[in-house]
Amino acid sequence: MADEPKHIVSSFEADLKKLRDMIANMGGLVERAVADASSALVNHDPELASRVIENDSRINTEQHNVEQFAVRLLALRQPVADDLRQVIQALKVVNDLERVGDYAANIAKRSIVINQVASNFPLAGLGQMARLVQQNLQASIDTVGESDPQKAIAVWRADQMVDDLYNTIFRELITYMMEDARNITACTHLMFIAKNLERIGDHTTNIAELTYYAITGENLPDFRPKGDVTSTYVHTTTN
Amino acid sequence: MEKASLNMSPEAALPAALQQANVAESRVSIRNLHFYYGETHALKDVSIDLPDRQTTAMIGPSGCGKSTLLRILNRMYDLYPGQRAEGEVMMGEDNIIAPGMDLNRLRRRVGMVFQKPTPFPKSIYDNVLFGVRLHEKLSKAEANERVEWALTRAALWGEVKDRLHSSALGLSGGQQQRLCIARSIAVRPEVLLLDEPTSALDPISTLKIEELIDELKQDFCIVIVTHNMQQAGRCADQVAFFYLGELVEVGPSSQIFTAPRERKTQEYITGRFG
Repeated sequence: MADEPKHIVSSFEADLKKLRDMIANMGGLVERAVADASSALVNHDPELASRVIENDSRINTEQHNVEQFAVRLLALRQPVADDLRQVIQALKVVNDLERVGDYAANIAKRSIVINQVASNFPLAGLGQMARLVQQNLQASIDTVGESDPQKAIAVWRADQMVDDLYNTIFRELITYMMEDARNITACTHLMFIAKNLERIGDHTTNIAELTYYAITGENLPDFRPKGDVTSTYVHTTTN
Repeated sequence: MEKASLNMSPEAALPAALQQANVAESRVSIRNLHFYYGETHALKDVSIDLPDRQTTAMIGPSGCGKSTLLRILNRMYDLYPGQRAEGEVMMGEDNIIAPGMDLNRLRRRVGMVFQKPTPFPKSIYDNVLFGVRLHEKLSKAEANERVEWALTRAALWGEVKDRLHSSALGLSGGQQQRLCIARSIAVRPEVLLLDEPTSALDPISTLKIEELIDELKQDFCIVIVTHNMQQAGRCADQVAFFYLGELVEVGPSSQIFTAPRERKTQEYITGRFG
């Protein structure tokens, strides 16, 4: 990677760099989509939301471009060792990025509905979760092409905080729904938005895992500190 | 018996790579091998096991010692003055580099095929039996049977069975190389050494030899020296990387080509040398 001696065939070196640049470019589009979708939600901006939805096709196109280029590299260069692992990483990272793009578009769609049904609902918690998710996403995309596995591990661990926030928001939304049945439409959409953010966090950790693999040739352990407990959560009323 | 000796204490000091690679029973066990061309120290403290019924590929830049190691395995170096080996190369009970070793017997146990096909200017039939006649007395029927067996194992029988008594020099390069393999295996060796066996062949003949290597490893311990990394990946069960006379790393080919442990190996196989 970055600090390695140069490949004897410089066009091969250039191809590998192009692959990293393509991922960085696609990563940029995806980061932007998540940031815009969150902003459209928190700032009640349906126009921005519509742009996120429209731009999703660009992300999908980029995914296909990277895949084609990676397949070409495999066929023509027959990379091995860390070169091979970089190409494999690229092929898998673009899948994660594409999914993140889909979640961003979904958040944007729901933000338009929220704007229509409950424009003054408190969104501070979701805003905070979105900021954290964006930070982690950016950090994980930045690890692609890096040579320090510790950075990847740090991103991989950071998802726990996202899970903690998700649990809090989940409980909060259930409380709102129990207080007043008229909140159910908005809260259900908000719950899906929170779930989308939480899923983005999971894809972020996937990207960090892939970076770790590309650098070391080893997989991170299956066990990751996970904090999402909502799948077993039961709300009990005390009064 | 090689297995048992691995549990003894000196072996505990073996590099982890070597212990890991030593999964199948080894046909040849090399320990602390040094080799000198006069003053030149060409192999430095090499320890490696060559497993039975598996293919070991040796890779590395020119002058790294891989061909030297191959030449030690059949004591070809004995032909040249000033060349000497120290250490242990165990084949069964015998240390084959020890002075008392019977070289004729050794060369029956270790067959070798070279970079360029080396058919003798004789008939195909006589080529196959050339080594056999040095070691065994066969009846006509036994000789015919041996020729068919060797040529069949070398995937050449179908192509030459109707012209066994015509000159071997009339065969194509790929056929000549398979004939040389047939000649090597006709004496039923334990180990088959291949020194860049396909570097003079076209891609299809190359694939035929590789297919043949896959077939032959069911019966022999095969060692191949190759400059073609993809070939090492395709043919070999274990790959050993040599550099400047040292064994840098040995491991299963899938590990060497996806996640080599040593930085030097990585730089060599990815084409980032120096």
